Amino acid sequence: MNTITHHIPEPILAAYAAGALEHPFALVVAAHLSLCDECRVSFEAHEAVGGVLLEQTTPEALSPDLKVGLMQMLDAPFEPEPVFRRSGAYPGPVMEALKGRPPRWKRLGGGVRQTILSAGEAGSARLLYIPAGQAVPDHGHNGLELTLVLQGSFSDEAGQFRVGDVEIADDTLEHTPVAGAGADCICLAATDAPLRFSSLIPRLLQPIFRI
Amino acid sequence: MLMQSETLDRPSTPPAPPAPGRAGKDRTAVKAEPKMSEQTLWMIAVRDNRDKAAFAALFDFFAPRLKHFVMRGGIGSGQAEEVVQEVMLTVWRKAAMFDPERAQVSSWIYQIARNRQIDKMRRENRPLPEALAHEPDSEPDAGQVIALEQETSQLKRALSRLKPEQREMIEKAYLGELTHQQIKHQTGLPLGTIKSRIRLGLDRLRHELKSIREP
Repeated sequence: MNTITHHIPEPILAAYAAGALEHPFALVVAAHLSLCDECRVSFEAHEAVGGVLLEQTTPEALSPDLKVGLMQMLDAPFEPEPVFRRSGAYPGPVMEALKGRPPRWKRLGGGVRQTILSAGEAGSARLLYIPAGQAVPDHGHNGLELTLVLQGSFSDEAGQFRVGDVEIADDTLEHTPVAGAGADCICLAATDAPLRFSSLIPRLLQPIFRI
Repeated sequence: MLMQSETLDRPSTPPAPPAPGRAGKDRTAVKAEPKMSEQTLWMIAVRDNRDKAAFAALFDFFAPRLKHFVMRGGIGSGQAEEVVQEVMLTVWRKAAMFDPERAQVSSWIYQIARNRQIDKMRRENRPLPEALAHEPDSEPDAGQVIALEQETSQLKRALSRLKPEQREMIEKAYLGELTHQQIKHQTGLPLGTIKSRIRLGLDRLRHELKSIREP
């Protein structure tokens, strides 16, 4: 495995640990943590802080029957929750978002394809498939965009991004990501606002493709 | 730099004799004979022996605190108790996932509680990283567990030294009462104070993760 050089910034990791990140971003962070020990360690350190706060919390009186009821539930049979394992380039959390099935790609033009994983008021998460050497139309961002490379690589104005790397883009970045020549690039991308394309055609297509 | 500015109780340091009163503020908490905390032992008993008495002891400590934690999110007593029950039931059912070399019981339960609250609030599952496998039959390395506990005690002391308003901000952040924008703008300040403590645990955890991935 290659070395991850672009990590989740600390404030975003802290927000994820606290559960304050919207779902699309939380998915990118969970996928990155599945690939990156360094960030997982920081995340677990945040959980340690949360644990200490929990220990130091003032206790609140419980209804007397709560414990009795719970103790009686311990032997009840239960269905374990399904565990989604990594499959090929897709880490467990992405497989969960795909409901365990391979992505169903939709064409975006220029050989670029996408699969929407979730879209709603909180933003959207999708997989992007960019053929080797191909560019994604030049675009800016109205809000925050997190892009995690799952396969291949891409380069843009901000640098080169390989498997496991995350690019953080906000409204100050206009960029044209180009997939590396070696392999087709697959990314997981989350945005909280529609992208701002510089040219007319992608702008017209935007409402249709929900990007 | 941080290492020099604070007195650190390293696992390799011979334990200081228990000092009466408050002589040596960082050293008083060092036990003469370090051993695993009660909580850790209870949780291991639940995990390995399905020990209900140990589970009841964990319940007695954590359930009232969890209730307070959950009620801060603005829900009433009855509903909070439902969440507490679900969280503690998850602790029982997922006990096999508990790895005392990587997490304190409190961190582990905190994480379960946050997941449960978020799933309930948003009505969707919070995306979680892949679980790392650990060998369930292996005896925990006591030295490793104790070292993690000692670092957590330092974290506790660092947290207790925060100013009330900083403490309040930390609590809000970790209880999910701030948006990520607010965290972005505000955590820098109070988190900076405890970051050095968090960092101390990082190398240890990193080493641990590495050994899990490359057995």
